[in-house]
Amino acid sequence: MGGSSPCASCKLLRRRCAKDCIFAPYFPPDDPHKFAIVHKVFGASNVSKMLQELPVQQRADAVGSLVYEANARMRDPVYGCVGAISYLQNQVSQLQMQLAVAQAEILCIQMQQQEPAALPTQLDVPDEKSLLLSTSTFNNLQPYLSFASSSTVMQDPLKRESLWT
Amino acid sequence: MMNSTRCAACKYLRRRCSPDCIFSPYFPPNNPQRFLEVHRIYGASNVAKMLEKAPVNQRAEAANSIHYEAHCRIKDPVYGCAGIITLLNQQINDAQCELAKIQAEIAALNGHHADILPPYQQITDASSFANYPVEGDGAFPATHDPSFPQFYLNS
Repeated sequence: MGGSSPCASCKLLRRRCAKDCIFAPYFPPDDPHKFAIVHKVFGASNVSKMLQELPVQQRADAVGSLVYEANARMRDPVYGCVGAISYLQNQVSQLQMQLAVAQAEILCIQMQQQEPAALPTQLDVPDEKSLLLSTSTFNNLQPYLSFASSSTVMQDPLKRESLWT
Repeated sequence: MMNSTRCAACKYLRRRCSPDCIFSPYFPPNNPQRFLEVHRIYGASNVAKMLEKAPVNQRAEAANSIHYEAHCRIKDPVYGCAGIITLLNQQINDAQCELAKIQAEIAALNGHHADILPPYQQITDASSFANYPVEGDGAFPATHDPSFPQFYLNS
């Protein structure tokens, strides 16, 4: 970085920006807010340590995610970006339920169309014959209906039972 | 007596744990790992500042979320929690597409009963299934936010 201006980090920290400054590639001087917010939440020395522990080719992504988390924490001092995780996990669960219901519905329709004479035209018509048949239909649908509760999708990214221990 | 009742933070920092220590309600001495992790990522003074910024009745939640983020960052030093958000968004997109496909299939199978279909089964063009609305408000704040960085996807 020779004679060029110091990076945003060294400007904020009021120090000489060395040629091998670890922050310089990721915190250019034209965006002081980016480093300011990361410094406020994590601290410059912690960010430096984290970057040093990473291969060079992964540091840009690490800085991006740190900036994102720092911004989220400033916007929401209580939950940070964990609030978004909780919300999105809830959305995933709801969609899984909807998928299970839709898959069950397709199965119903397909069974109806295979044997239109044997099956009721509408499953929710409670006559004697349909009650008998709907029991066996329900048993066939059980694996689909329980799909949402035994999710293989990321219900708990860190493999813990709940968001908090 | 002072030694045995110090919170995990004050034990680690080797200092006296005062009665109004900001850490002690949230970092009990029987769970030293919890404080170690937040200290490793944020540093004790930054954690104290973050807790002070949160309303008193929400500091427990704040401490939990700070620990969760620190734990995620330790597990994934490159992407941390942001990586989890990206993956969840991906899962939501995939599930929405899958749901739209299935609902299109249902609509096709029920084609001759189109007049009695529930409201969400009105697709006639299968190629538009990706834009099919889902139940609920469908508002996923991060999914369709163009400013949200897509971690993982570009690596």
